[in-house]
Amino acid sequence: MAEKNMVEAINDAMLEEMKRDPRVMLLGEDVGGGGVFRATQGLRDEFGPDRCFDTPLAESAIIGVAIGASLNGIVPIAEIQFADFIHPAMDQIVSEAARLRYRSNGGWGCPITVRAPYGSGIHGGPYHSQSIEAIYGHVPGLKVVCVATPYDAKGLLKSAIRDPDPVLFLEHKRAYRLYRQDLPDDDFTVPIGEAEVKREGSDITLITYGMMMHHSLKAAETAQDEDGASVEVIDLRTISPLDKKTVLKSVEKTGKALVVYEDNLTGGFGAEVAAIIAQEAFEFLDGPVTRVASPDVPISPYAGVLEEYLLPNPEKIAKAIRDLAAY
Amino acid sequence: MVTVKDMPGILGLTDSQSLDIYYKMVLSRAASARQRVLQRMGKGSITYSGEGHEATQVGTAYALTPGHDWIFTYYRDVGVVLTIGMTARDVLMAFFARKEDISSGGRNMPSHFSHPKLRIVSEGAPVATQLPHAVGTAFAGKLRGLDEVSMVWFGDGATSKGDCHEAMNFAGVHKLPVVFVCENNQYAISVHWTKQMAVENVAVRAQGYGFPGVTVDGNDVLAVYRAAKEAVERARRGDGPTFIEAKTYRLVPHSSDDDDRRYRSSEEVEEWSEKDPIPRFQAYLEGHGLLDEKTRDELTKKAAEEVDAATEYAENAPLPDPETALRHVFAEEEVA
Amino acid sequence: MVSVRESPTELGLSNDQLLDVLYKMMLSRAVGQRERMLNRMGKAPFAVTGEGHEATQVGTAYALVSGKDWAFPYYRDIGVALTLGQTARDLMLEFLARGENVSSGGRNMPSHFSDPKLRIVSGSAPVATQMPHAVGTAFAGKLRGLDEVSMVWFGDGATSKGDCHEAMNFAGVHKLPVVFVCENNQYAISVHWTKQMAVENVAVRAQGYGFPGVTVDGNDVLAVYGAAKEAVERARRGDGPTFIEAKTYRLVPHTSDDDDRRYRSREEVEEWSKKDPIPRFQAYLEEHGLLDEKTRDELAKKAAQEVDAATEYAENAPLPDPETALRHVFAE
Ligand SMILES: Cc1ncc(C[n+]2csc(CCOP(=O)(O)OP(=O)(O)O)c2C)c(N)n1
Ligand SMILES: Cc1ncc(C[n+]2csc(CCOP(=O)(O)OP(=O)(O)O)c2C)c(N)n1
Ligand SMILES: [Mg+2]
Ligand SMILES: [Mg+2]
Repeated sequence: MAEKNMVEAINDAMLEEMKRDPRVMLLGEDVGGGGVFRATQGLRDEFGPDRCFDTPLAESAIIGVAIGASLNGIVPIAEIQFADFIHPAMDQIVSEAARLRYRSNGGWGCPITVRAPYGSGIHGGPYHSQSIEAIYGHVPGLKVVCVATPYDAKGLLKSAIRDPDPVLFLEHKRAYRLYRQDLPDDDFTVPIGEAEVKREGSDITLITYGMMMHHSLKAAETAQDEDGASVEVIDLRTISPLDKKTVLKSVEKTGKALVVYEDNLTGGFGAEVAAIIAQEAFEFLDGPVTRVASPDVPISPYAGVLEEYLLPNPEKIAKAIRDLAAY
Repeated sequence: MVTVKDMPGILGLTDSQSLDIYYKMVLSRAASARQRVLQRMGKGSITYSGEGHEATQVGTAYALTPGHDWIFTYYRDVGVVLTIGMTARDVLMAFFARKEDISSGGRNMPSHFSHPKLRIVSEGAPVATQLPHAVGTAFAGKLRGLDEVSMVWFGDGATSKGDCHEAMNFAGVHKLPVVFVCENNQYAISVHWTKQMAVENVAVRAQGYGFPGVTVDGNDVLAVYRAAKEAVERARRGDGPTFIEAKTYRLVPHSSDDDDRRYRSSEEVEEWSEKDPIPRFQAYLEGHGLLDEKTRDELTKKAAEEVDAATEYAENAPLPDPETALRHVFAEEEVA
Repeated sequence: MVSVRESPTELGLSNDQLLDVLYKMMLSRAVGQRERMLNRMGKAPFAVTGEGHEATQVGTAYALVSGKDWAFPYYRDIGVALTLGQTARDLMLEFLARGENVSSGGRNMPSHFSDPKLRIVSGSAPVATQMPHAVGTAFAGKLRGLDEVSMVWFGDGATSKGDCHEAMNFAGVHKLPVVFVCENNQYAISVHWTKQMAVENVAVRAQGYGFPGVTVDGNDVLAVYGAAKEAVERARRGDGPTFIEAKTYRLVPHTSDDDDRRYRSREEVEEWSKKDPIPRFQAYLEEHGLLDEKTRDELAKKAAQEVDAATEYAENAPLPDPETALRHVFAE
């Protein structure tokens, strides 16, 4: 066992996968020097500049070249420096990577992993804070993972690298160095498409992911201490394909559902979760399926006071729990 | 512009290879013409075809080793895929969107070619997205120490796309074995090349990426072949990419949905018909005693028969099962 | 490379203007340094500055008519913003994310300049996205028969982006009045230019778009100004775009989050410090009798005072009201 924070866990996952499989390589901007978050630290020394590869500053080419390389015996991990800068590559991700298998009737596959730090809370302003999971979670043929703990990050990244299809692997950057966790020394994976109950409870099901999972756990503690409400917290971990079973099972037990996400409210991924609950667990519900999210403004402004005002936090979540519990 | 007036044989082509090139051009023309007829008869929703581009397509593809080198075509490239080894039947199966259509099983539009065994990589419709892919397979080949070459075809319109720039730059920086083939037919649908670029020869851009760019007469199949052969050899030697601009003309509308009288004069089309690459190569072969009327008629007949048979087969082949529309979103478990 | 003039006034700049150019460079340096210091003191979470780029930034911006021509800077362009008329106070308010900062009211990161009156158009962080915008204002100007010029600044890294290509091609096809200024400091964060491009001078690409590209010594402010002046005149005449590549060096890390020792040697930085554009221009002016020690010290003092006053004002200025975070998503 070794204590690791999330960014170290991600680094370890790549190191171990690159050792395990000589086809695995990493490409992106500044990855050779360790990357702006140090996530690729040491990989160039270990595997050389060909397998830890500095590309020109060109996101569409990073993804497009990764797609081509994946057809020819390479298993690429493409790093997008910030999720906010993935948009120029949207064409390659949505129209190419995610459609290649389908449009060729299974003739070609595209085993690429696209890693990108995402999310607010680091004074990143409107271009180093975006949540992009809803935009990409809508795309068939693309798997989307959102990690927020060292264990999940390591296990899911390994699964993503080994997956035969394109996976968008979103790392909440606020969680990179949030805390350390003991990780097994032996190889382990966490399957894509499985949510996890991070805290058991009986009164309310709180469904969340990313940084909001940490805020939600805090809020659940507060609710327990102050109001005696017992909240079950589900960390989706994978956005697409979504683990409906775990969500529905919990809602059937508690009868109340609160969906918490950091992205702005309208059309956020939590809307899909809420729709599934409304449609498939209707008779179990004792209250309105409720959402806590950011307001519909570009998330998030740079000034701390503005950013804090907009983002959901443990207090806002606790209040929503209280309101729903009282319903 | 490079033009070849030399004797056949000088490019390392045997007489029968020269005739094979000629046949591929005739077959491409026949497959295209047939699809347009069938479309007008209401038997298919859309056609894209490449009449006029045969010298460019067959000439470049002929420089590759099928099944070894990587092919990234676009919707106009019926001549490329027939040269690499797809058959008229494959092309017609895609046209009719049949179940066994190797390209896509009826999912992609016709002329969006794919053939994994021949390393013809499935193409999307967004213009220029295939360029970074070609760079990617070349990149993988270089990392893995292979001697495979990637060739990618695209139009003059595609040169304006960001992906074209990003791909060429990436290939230049890392000296990758890629050949970029621009089939410059002077129009992107209705948009004339002068509204697409401010340079006479778009091949000059290659120097901005640190590799050679050549402009060839795209209606002269031997000139095209020579440029492609040189580029492929250069790539295989490890000397990096080449950009080939082949100046040509599409003799037909952009697609079956297009009416090209809206944007170009019939005189212009007429003038280019006189430069049609097929009669031109035919005359050349005849001039060098490699082709006579009899052989020519035989080859024309053979192509027509191949296309007839392909049409008949494809027309009678089953449609895809509707439920297959749900498959292949992700990899499927091997069924034991 | 185009290089320094024999006579300082050869380019039509008066003695006062030459001193003004120097002052703008010194002020830019002082603002950059102050911002990095305040960041280290924990007064702001982030700083991105342009020490070393002053000749390139001031020299190009000086060729424009402020308030008439259109400016599309990127995050390194403190010198551009100051030359076009933003003040040290504007920049400090922006740096400290105060409510009244004209660039963004605390929404954008520092050094993402915007000043509608000065026609400095708000920039985002995604590299190269401002280039098509500059082409767009030039396009509108041409359609409307105006004689305004757009100038857009970007780094060597930005030249690899699709947007750079699409913008240059569009400008070339329609002969638009745009000046493209590449501040080639040889690195995109840690990535050396040799991994960014396979050509010695990226200015050669301009000919692929049908307009001239020139490479200048970006640490020689008059060489830069000369190239910019020519380009602006050309654009205003209706002769179309120019691409200016100014070779320079950033003397500081990429941002306050960067440690440049990871990717470049101290010797290299040292070597470029010797080519620092500010002492270089000072020496040049002294040589031509336009500057003496006294004036130089006065200018330095003036810059320091301006930055001091700006800092004090900004530090005491109010933070944005939290509820303003909800405003300006759409027109009000
Ligand atoms: C990104 C994108 N934009 C627009 C289109 C629509 N479109 C299809 S073909 C075409 C013209 C392409 O012209 P060119 O690249 O010159 O190829 P050509 O058809 O002349 O062979 C356009 C605009 C598209 N497919 N993709
Ligand atoms: C599209 C995009 N990708 C990545 C980034 C992250 N990033 C910020 S600055 C930078 C380097 C830019 O280098 P260059 O263009 O040379 O400008 P310089 O900072 O050297 O002045 C990168 C990669 C970004 N802002 N935008
Ligand atoms: Mg065309
Ligand atoms: Mg740079």
